[in-house]
Amino acid sequence: MSEHTINPSGLADPAARAALVGGFEATPGASKPDSILVVDNIVRQFGGMTAVDVQHLEVQRGLITALIGPNGAGKTTFFNLITGFDRPTSAGKGAHWAFDGRTLDKTSASSVARAGMVRTFQLTKALSRMTVIENMMLGAQDQAGENLFKSMFRPTWRAQERAIEAKADDLLGRFKLYEKKYDYAGSLSGGQRKLLEMARALMSDPKMIMLDEPMAGVNPALTQSLLGHIQSLRDEGMTVLFVEHDMHVVRHISDWVAVMAEGRLVAEGSADTVMSDPAVIDAYLGAHHDTDLGDDALLSEEHMQELAEEVAAEDAEREAEEEAEGLR
Amino acid sequence: MDNIQLILNGMMREMLSPGTAAVAIAVIGLNIHFGFTGLLNMGQAGFMLLGAYGMGISVWHGLPFAVGILFGLGAALIFALILGVPTLKLRGDYLAIVTISAAEIIRYVGRSSLLTDFTGSAQGIPGSQYSDPFRSVAFWPFTGGGSWVLLPFNYHDVADGAVWVRLLGWAIAIGAIASLVYLLRSGDKFSGVARNGLVVLLVVFSVFLLLFLFPLDYQKVGVNGWWLRFVAWTLVAVCCFIVYLLVRSPWGRLLRGIREDEDAIRSLGKNVFAIKMQALIIGGLFGALGGMVYVLASSVQPDSMGRTLTFFCYTALLLGGAATIFGPVLGTIMFYVGRAFIFQASRAYVPDSILNTQEAAFFSYIVVGVALMLLVIFRPQGVLGDKRELRFNV
Repeated sequence: MSEHTINPSGLADPAARAALVGGFEATPGASKPDSILVVDNIVRQFGGMTAVDVQHLEVQRGLITALIGPNGAGKTTFFNLITGFDRPTSAGKGAHWAFDGRTLDKTSASSVARAGMVRTFQLTKALSRMTVIENMMLGAQDQAGENLFKSMFRPTWRAQERAIEAKADDLLGRFKLYEKKYDYAGSLSGGQRKLLEMARALMSDPKMIMLDEPMAGVNPALTQSLLGHIQSLRDEGMTVLFVEHDMHVVRHISDWVAVMAEGRLVAEGSADTVMSDPAVIDAYLGAHHDTDLGDDALLSEEHMQELAEEVAAEDAEREAEEEAEGLR
Repeated sequence: MDNIQLILNGMMREMLSPGTAAVAIAVIGLNIHFGFTGLLNMGQAGFMLLGAYGMGISVWHGLPFAVGILFGLGAALIFALILGVPTLKLRGDYLAIVTISAAEIIRYVGRSSLLTDFTGSAQGIPGSQYSDPFRSVAFWPFTGGGSWVLLPFNYHDVADGAVWVRLLGWAIAIGAIASLVYLLRSGDKFSGVARNGLVVLLVVFSVFLLLFLFPLDYQKVGVNGWWLRFVAWTLVAVCCFIVYLLVRSPWGRLLRGIREDEDAIRSLGKNVFAIKMQALIIGGLFGALGGMVYVLASSVQPDSMGRTLTFFCYTALLLGGAATIFGPVLGTIMFYVGRAFIFQASRAYVPDSILNTQEAAFFSYIVVGVALMLLVIFRPQGVLGDKRELRFNV
């Protein structure tokens, strides 16, 4: 599974991606020709509540895969489990997951990251009382200067430090944070912190990056540039798995979508297939998922009238039901 | 005027005393724990006591002095491992609970009469049992016996020690120390070499000026003489330099990262547990070293290194500024000198019927406590701390 059956750089072409994705089966737990992450039988229970119960999931190398689902579907818990921040209840009882051919059943969060699977957090974890460049340089792997004994002797790490700083400068420039280089990360805005966290994750040259709600709380202009960054990561051959609520975003950039509800994987498919799947609509999208609730057109007289009528009809129906129950 | 000279002489004695240097070394270690890594070690006195016992017991029982030092450091290392393995994977509060109780366990074991042959129980090990080998390694100019006023040329020699000489000297000393503190706080305003050169120059100048104004007379190699003072303050300087080397490196950056957010560092592929353990051990070794210096002038007494000493260490650390290189040293000096000032002033000016000598000592601790409260409210970053580091709620 580790050999490259597809040249990653070929996936920059939308037609090639569409052709590739077209070959996948649109069922939950479908197998992929070149999966970088394979997850089997991961169960996490909090007391009696089963938060995550994923039987099988494969993530294709070199694509953007979106993980969607209603609140409480277990998306973040699932992220925590496969990145080593939490242990599955089924650990040792059939839970098994592998990244890039390497079994991760018992590895800690830090070795998962070293294997090349780096994550970001839903609540951004910028290191507030450190400067932006310090944040960035922490992301680099295999630093000689992080060894206690070498750290006291600057010549052993000076050259590497310079190389890392150059790389960090480059990434900061790309994420438009270069002017903030010497500012404390705590002084950045929420959106800039998201950018910083993503840039920091990229310092380690990951094979796969996992983004937990990268667009939450980010303004539309910044969303656009974040989306651009994510797409360019894919075009460079990186695999992206991200959790997102905004359906427009999901439809816009994801090549493949996995849907979770109540801890289970309920659907998989391309964005359009999934969004027309009745199971998904029931669980997550709701009847009005295609209308943009912020759209001005919706605020026209007629539409308001229609909505009001719809609401009145629903109210009447509910009242009737309540009365019927009251009579019983 | 004589009263003032008396008070200032008392403060100067306290400032140079080996006890102050010893606590400064322990606070440098605590700064690695609390200031840089965010480990809430509430048992630094336990590390000090272990260092003191390791050295005291082994030298008392006939081992060479160098082996005694290694035993002291080794005991602290093992103590850090025992404390760290179960607690460093948990939240910070647990380390605080475990360290404070472990330090108390060490103290009570030391007091226990079962171990009188080793620890001398509550009476402790008298200094005469272990400090001779330390004095025997003294080198020139400390050899030859006799006592010594460091800097023989002092204020008595200028205009017969007139009041104006002293007043002028005090003003210059205050100016020099104030500009030193300003320099240390200024951070990047001067380029590296020029700034560091100026700092060293000012330190040397201030020390000479203070010795000129407050001549001290001690034995060269006495129980509590110049040799011990020289070694103790040299160790303080060496420890500061080691901490400087450590925290400017990527390893030091990792420490601060862990202080800010462990999970973020974990997600970047770093072994957080190992780094925290290294920090705990290094800070503990500094603590043990401080403990050894602490007992060289007196005796290894378990009760002199109890909880109060840990809290003095924290006070000094917050006073000087956590997560700075010189903050621990400055804070310790300020703590002990401030206490000496209150003690000497209340002895000089308050009649014995209101405050006798013993009560004055207690009173000085009360005032120091109030000062700490005011400091935390109005200047939480300490004297040398960077205000920007405190602006953000973590």
